[in-house]
Amino acid sequence: MAEILTRPESLTKIPFHYCPGCTHGIAHRLVAEVIDELGLMEKTIGVASVGCSVLAYDYFNLDMQQAAHGRAPAVATGIKRALPDRIVFTYQGDGDLASIGMGEIVHAAGRGENITVIFINNSIYGMTGGQMAPTTLMGQKTTTTPEGRTKDNGFPLKVSEMLATLDGVAYIARVALFDPGQVIKAKKAIKTAFTVQEKGLGFSLVEILSTCPTNWGLSPVKALKYVKETMAQYYPPGEFKKPEGVW
Amino acid sequence: METVLMKGNEALAEAAIRAGLNVYFGYPITPQNEVGEYLAKHLPRAGGTFLQAESEVAAINMVYGAAGAGVRTMTSSSGPGISLMQEGISYLAAAELPAVIVNMMRGGPGLGGIQPSQSDYFQATKGGGHGDYRLIVLAPSSVQELYDHTMLAFDLADHYRNPVMVLGDGLLGQMMESVTLKPYIPAFPLEEKTWATRGRKNRKPNIINSLYLDPEKLFSHNQKLFKKYQVIAEKEVRVEVINEEAEFFFVAYGSSARFSLKVIELLKEKGINAGLIRPITLWPFPYTVIAEKVNQSKGFMVVEMSMGQMVEDVERAVKGQKPVYFYGTAGGIVPSPQKIFRRTLEILEGGQE
Ligand SMILES: Cc1ncc(C[n+]2csc(CCOP(=O)(O)OP(=O)(O)O)c2C)c(N)n1
Ligand code: SF4
Repeated sequence: MAEILTRPESLTKIPFHYCPGCTHGIAHRLVAEVIDELGLMEKTIGVASVGCSVLAYDYFNLDMQQAAHGRAPAVATGIKRALPDRIVFTYQGDGDLASIGMGEIVHAAGRGENITVIFINNSIYGMTGGQMAPTTLMGQKTTTTPEGRTKDNGFPLKVSEMLATLDGVAYIARVALFDPGQVIKAKKAIKTAFTVQEKGLGFSLVEILSTCPTNWGLSPVKALKYVKETMAQYYPPGEFKKPEGVW
Repeated sequence: METVLMKGNEALAEAAIRAGLNVYFGYPITPQNEVGEYLAKHLPRAGGTFLQAESEVAAINMVYGAAGAGVRTMTSSSGPGISLMQEGISYLAAAELPAVIVNMMRGGPGLGGIQPSQSDYFQATKGGGHGDYRLIVLAPSSVQELYDHTMLAFDLADHYRNPVMVLGDGLLGQMMESVTLKPYIPAFPLEEKTWATRGRKNRKPNIINSLYLDPEKLFSHNQKLFKKYQVIAEKEVRVEVINEEAEFFFVAYGSSARFSLKVIELLKEKGINAGLIRPITLWPFPYTVIAEKVNQSKGFMVVEMSMGQMVEDVERAVKGQKPVYFYGTAGGIVPSPQKIFRRTLEILEGGQE
């Protein structure tokens, strides 16, 4: 019988701990598929951040480093500067990347650090129980914005748009995982990002609009609908920066 | 072997290059800027990489990444910057990553000043970052030792898979002295870093991590670390004793040890037989070497450019059996040997506390 779908070699056999309906798992799989398809497994080093995906080092069948909260781009910089011919990626949540680690991500992008960043935007802090993130939408209820986010808490940060203004950035795209078509687009963007790094073109980042059914208090299906109908309106998917040439 | 006149900060940077430093990450702060400046110029020529980080927080985390990738890596800073690095230092210690961290101390707390000080002793030797861990701390007292200790720091770091701090001060960093540029000879056999994350080829993945959600596993990780620290404490204590037969001992490290030597000379003219115990490793601390001198010594005078930090460790070694006196300066004021001399005379002749 022909095998249609198998586990990517770049993933271990350890089952994910993510909540049902959480799209962290799909994002992991896409990254692993891309690494397999590009034949990069033996030369890739991943950096896991702090957040629900802190255990990513258990799931990727790759050499991995676990970084302090927000510092993954600095850790990745250290690895890349030590081993410039390797492929280095970070996998970070929005609390990690856009809050405590905003300095590190802006400067890694500004330096044109030749690394790839997978940025999971689920508009909330998952691991610590659903507090406000810098990406939390206006009006969105979280445990620290119980009445919904108001301007007293500041406005949601559009990270991809911001970083796309920097000269060091080679590729930036935002994708969403709310239906199969979007998942295919997401994989294409991730592949482009890794290829950009392979070609040594500079910093690449893929923002993935992701679900957190648990802390949003929505069923998995409603959570996907929320990504499509609410999140993707404020955070429009698309490619914000692309290197010149044929892609 | 070439002997040259060199600034302390530059001598240490040169030693790092000769010891095979691959990548340096740092952020400017006085009084150690010459370290980064020297490396920016000379490290690339030697085949290494210099990168100015956007902050000390980033710098130490870059060090973490590079150390995990299995190369020789270093950062340098001074008090306020080292404070910011504490997060990364705790992670380095937890993940057992070898790295060299230089602190050229300036006066604190807070922004303090830029003049020399020894007030980061607690931070260097008692933690500084969160959790149970230890750093190996070397305390050079001359430009030559800045050179020698920097080479040794890389070897200790690799051998024990532990971050090592070279704890100097603004005076040593800025001072020019002759230094013999000894060739680098590893203090330990250099082992292959099979644990490093360099891309998995024909093996299982390597993981650099410090997260242990299961309390039992974290406890056994703590125990493993402490077994290592015990070995270090047994094997790596370094100390210089000048005048073993003395009847009164000064205890001082770094620049303060040099001032103390002058005081010992002045006391000799007065017929007082004083000696110096100079800890070269601040952790592990030479408790036993001090304890061995308790019987023969009328007391101990601890000299520090701080309000009194190492003095607590000396008291711990002396265990109340003899008086422990303290002479300290702070704020970037360098102690005057004459003043220490007069104070010591008062104590020894007047018998006052
Ligand atoms: C220095 C530090 N501060 C706070 C924390 C606690 N913490 C753990 S995960 C997290 C939020 C992570 O949120 P996000 O990056 O959005 O990832 P998610 O859990 O949503 O996947 C926080 C604040 C920490 N581990 N370290
Ligand atoms: S808490 Fe949210 S982000 Fe974390 S695993 Fe569960 S659904 Fe996913």
